[in-house]
Amino acid sequence: MKILTIGRNTFRENIRDKILYNLILFALLMILSSIALGQLTLGHEAKVIVDLGLGSISIFGTLIAIFIGISLVYKELEKRTVYALLAKPIHRWEFITGKYLGLLFTLLVNVAIMAAGLMLTLLYQGGIERYTYLNLLPAIYLTLLSLMVTTALALVFSTFSTPALSALFTFFLWVAGHFNADLLEFGNLAKTPGLKWLTRVFYYVIPNISNFKVIDSRNVIQAAAYFEPINYAALGWVTVYGILYSGILLGIAVLIFSRRDFK
Amino acid sequence: MAAIEIEHLTKDFYAGFWRKRPIRALDGLSLRVEAGEIFGFLGPNGAGKTTTLKLLMNLIRPTAGSARILGQPVDSVSMRRNIGYLPENPYFYDHLTPEELLTYIGTLFGIRQPVLRKKILELLETVGLAEARKLQLRKFSKGMVQRVGIAQALINDPEVVFLDEPMSGLDPLGRREVRLVISSLRTRGATVFFSSHILPDVEALCDRVAIMNRGKLLELGALLDILKVKIQGHEIILAHVQPAVLEALRPMCEEITLMSDRVHIRAATSRQAGAIVSQAVSGGAELVSVNPIRASLEEYFFQEVQKS
Ligand SMILES: Nc1ncnc2c1ncn2[C@@H]1O[C@H](COP(=O)(O)OP(=O)(O)O)[C@@H](O)[C@H]1O
Ligand SMILES: [Mg+2]
Repeated sequence: MKILTIGRNTFRENIRDKILYNLILFALLMILSSIALGQLTLGHEAKVIVDLGLGSISIFGTLIAIFIGISLVYKELEKRTVYALLAKPIHRWEFITGKYLGLLFTLLVNVAIMAAGLMLTLLYQGGIERYTYLNLLPAIYLTLLSLMVTTALALVFSTFSTPALSALFTFFLWVAGHFNADLLEFGNLAKTPGLKWLTRVFYYVIPNISNFKVIDSRNVIQAAAYFEPINYAALGWVTVYGILYSGILLGIAVLIFSRRDFK
Repeated sequence: MAAIEIEHLTKDFYAGFWRKRPIRALDGLSLRVEAGEIFGFLGPNGAGKTTTLKLLMNLIRPTAGSARILGQPVDSVSMRRNIGYLPENPYFYDHLTPEELLTYIGTLFGIRQPVLRKKILELLETVGLAEARKLQLRKFSKGMVQRVGIAQALINDPEVVFLDEPMSGLDPLGRREVRLVISSLRTRGATVFFSSHILPDVEALCDRVAIMNRGKLLELGALLDILKVKIQGHEIILAHVQPAVLEALRPMCEEITLMSDRVHIRAATSRQAGAIVSQAVSGGAELVSVNPIRASLEEYFFQEVQKS
């Protein structure tokens, strides 16, 4: 109950932040501009719109997650709003979890707005198979899962580091997360056992962001051409992975936050 | 049961980038505040007042020692249902209005809607913010934020209230209002523990005070008992004093200062002051005023700091 109260306040704080509107506006402009780009590629309009649309949702969602996530806790410390609040009957883990859920809800709403923008763009384009709209949903769901992980990463850093450094760390891990599978491959080729071991550790520690890209425009658009266009088993595994990974990060954030002094 | 029990509480901060040297902000503080007391926690800047309050709120952890509030250890979350806290130079979410902030905090206490609504209006009235209740806090002056801070500390009708420099940032009118709020807390039977370095505020309100300096407790007791020892004497101001009368008074006075048509006289004891006044008045002088000379808290601190 208290967690939800804290979450609601975080959501309200987020939606009164200008940065959010700027990012959403940009995302919607990107998605709209895909109509123009689509015209240049005769016959592939839908693919261009879906590619650009899903890409925009992912990129701008990540930007929102990082920009708001890194200051989520830091701002409360910097502005000293946390002093009065933590003297109330709440546990520190409730505070952190509430903040996290509040930002996740903000992201959910934002992604929904961007997704609506994408669907309207497809509708405007016209001549798109009906199942395409339905197939967009699992792809957007995966994006949300990846945002859950990115937000948790930003949250961990924001409990002990400045926004600039947190942004750097989070962004670095997010990029590294795209090449994670390659890293494992590289390790397997390596001769020295030490290197093999090291790449394996990195593989598990760094978030596997590429996991969240198991659905792309081909699965969405050409459903009829493939027997099983969307791999629901993979979807299930990625869900488990996303929840576990974020859960562990949230636990780390709580641990750091619970131990620290508020000087 | 004591409202607040502090035992050998000590806090070191580590400063310095390369070689971390400890700074002892609080050094073995022990004290007890009984339920229903208004307790003043005094000391110059850097005395360790804020550090003590933060330790009591479990915002920082002690290096040594312990403290209990209402019989519970300071990390007890359930105990915090019954306390209120105003941080030093408070700051709140500036995207919220006072009404929204108090609703948020009241909800954390589990206060139900209709009761909470009424309570909020009442509190905003008390701290003089009824008109500004729909204004975002970013538009507030320091004094107004301070008032919001006092309101949020009282939302749950706390049994024990901790106020860190509650008068800071307030104009004289605001200070008077806060004094009234604290007095009304006394009437309700609440315990108030507040830090300050402003003497008249403390003098008017406190049952007992602790005086701190450099993290150490210097004195504990009723304020007047503590200050009375330091300086006594009275200042008498007379007008229309004939030269002959003045000469007659001279042996009784500690010090005589002539100021245009007035004479300022310092008497060592109250008995002597009485004698001077009666002799002067019977000699035809006019009594302008008699005032006890008391060390101010500032002077007291100054003396103590010089000693150490
Ligand atoms: N976060 C901190 N880091 C290092 N030193 C601190 C910190 N906070 C307080 N101090 C030091 O502890 C001492 C007591 O400070 P404080 O409790 O704020 O005093 P007061 O509230 O009585 O003015 C001061 O010497 C101050 O410099
Ligand atoms: Mg202070």
